Amino acid sequence: MPTLFDFSDYDRLIPLVTNSLIAGALLALVGGLIGVFVITRQLSFAVHGVSELSFAGAAIFLLIGLDVVLGSIVGSLTAALIIGTLGSRVQERNSLVAVIMPFGLGLGILALALYPGRAANKFGLLTGQIVTVDDPQVGWLIGISVTVLIAIGIFWRPLVFASLDGSVAVARGVKVDLIGWLFMILLGLVVAAAVQIIGALLVLSLLVTPAAAALRLSSSQIWVPVMSISFAMVSVVGGILLALGGGLPISPYVTTISFLFYLIARLLTSKRFGIINVGGR
Amino acid sequence: MTLLTANKATLSFGSRKIWDELSFAINRGEFLALIGANGTGKSTMLKAIIGTQQLDSGSFDLEPGASISYIPQHRTDDGYTPLKVKDLVRLGLDGHKPGFPWPSSSVRDKVTKALKAVQAEQLANESIGNLSGGEMQRVRVAQAMIGDPDLILADEPLSNLDLNQQLVISELFEEQRQKTGAAVLFVTHDVNPIIDYVDRVLYLAPGGYRIGSTEEVMQSEVLSELYGADIDVVRNQGRIVVIGTHDHAHHAGEDWV
Repeated sequence: MPTLFDFSDYDRLIPLVTNSLIAGALLALVGGLIGVFVITRQLSFAVHGVSELSFAGAAIFLLIGLDVVLGSIVGSLTAALIIGTLGSRVQERNSLVAVIMPFGLGLGILALALYPGRAANKFGLLTGQIVTVDDPQVGWLIGISVTVLIAIGIFWRPLVFASLDGSVAVARGVKVDLIGWLFMILLGLVVAAAVQIIGALLVLSLLVTPAAAALRLSSSQIWVPVMSISFAMVSVVGGILLALGGGLPISPYVTTISFLFYLIARLLTSKRFGIINVGGR
Repeated sequence: MTLLTANKATLSFGSRKIWDELSFAINRGEFLALIGANGTGKSTMLKAIIGTQQLDSGSFDLEPGASISYIPQHRTDDGYTPLKVKDLVRLGLDGHKPGFPWPSSSVRDKVTKALKAVQAEQLANESIGNLSGGEMQRVRVAQAMIGDPDLILADEPLSNLDLNQQLVISELFEEQRQKTGAAVLFVTHDVNPIIDYVDRVLYLAPGGYRIGSTEEVMQSEVLSELYGADIDVVRNQGRIVVIGTHDHAHHAGEDWV
């Protein structure tokens, strides 16, 4: 049985996971940031749908011998655009996501079942991979991260306006529909990147949980994203470092740390035991 | 000078006809009160003007380049909005521009001034979710005015306000239009708080509409004809009371005989 924590060979192991650490940090940065908008735009469940189709795209590309990351991006962008086009209302969107999600998952499992390669790597796309981030993957991640950061930086104010105060934003001349589409594309890119590292089933722990914790603690336009990114960063980088010692998959460490942040945030802000009152609920 | 033109606007919801070739114009700097029974499309008109409600035919044409501020009707189920009051108000100033809303002293001064005008400066750092209905209404007014728009669309901005606040906020609309030349389209159940400022009244009824000065429109014969029923419009010490239809439950001093 593998141990949970064992740091005896740490100095020799760290150089082997440099790529993972870089990838994880980038992912935490963009995931924690975009997560804030995922929640304010009520897209938490949609993220799950996008990630399953991202998994399907990756699995299909693996089967037909193309770049897995590219397949992941194709899958998630397809889902993001379907949801962005057909699911403008929350209720519609939820059922749409619930319809898309199992279909994508089934498609992905079919592609993996037909894939003649080693079985051990197959489920990496679903539940995450430990130390197998290679240079091209890091290249993709850097490209995606830079794109997303620049786009969010440019559209920050209209994105906030459109997300939190839609009809007033429309009156003021903000192209709310266009912003919605743009956001879905950015979200698709980030999800595709996250699927590579922590797996399709656990993407929410990075794209929703840290932001949800941050939004319980503050309503500041500066502190919410800063906290969300920090929580995501500690979860991913911490998760990788802990996984290294234990020899278990990285995902349970990441999801547990990120869940703990949320748990603590809830306790701190609970009506009965809490010491922080941000209000609103 | 015409700012907004309603051009034979026609709209039905299912089999229910809301407007049939509604036409009117709002001039720059004009204060227009939009009054009418429930279900005659008052809120819908504001949505049609900003473009979130499609018409069956006809159009609302805004002068090119003119800016609009919209004060939506207050809903209690708005839910949790993770935003501070000062940030919401600021969105009205520069939320449509690109980039991050970096703190700046000139912006902070404008936000503070706008909040002071609606007697809400003490709410600046409060989360939106913690506001009462009346507080939210006042913050909305500050948000609408801070950008100095050409047209202010206000959907019952006096709801949830006590009488004194109704007068303060009404006066603020008047000050704003005098200062900036903004036109105001003001949806209300009760014309009295704004009766001194209103240039014209657009009265919507199930059977049609009438537009004209308060004096012309708020008449027993006019409203009786619009509703096809006996309506009494009573004037008392500068106030107008409409009696005779339960659609006017919000009119102050209504007598249920």
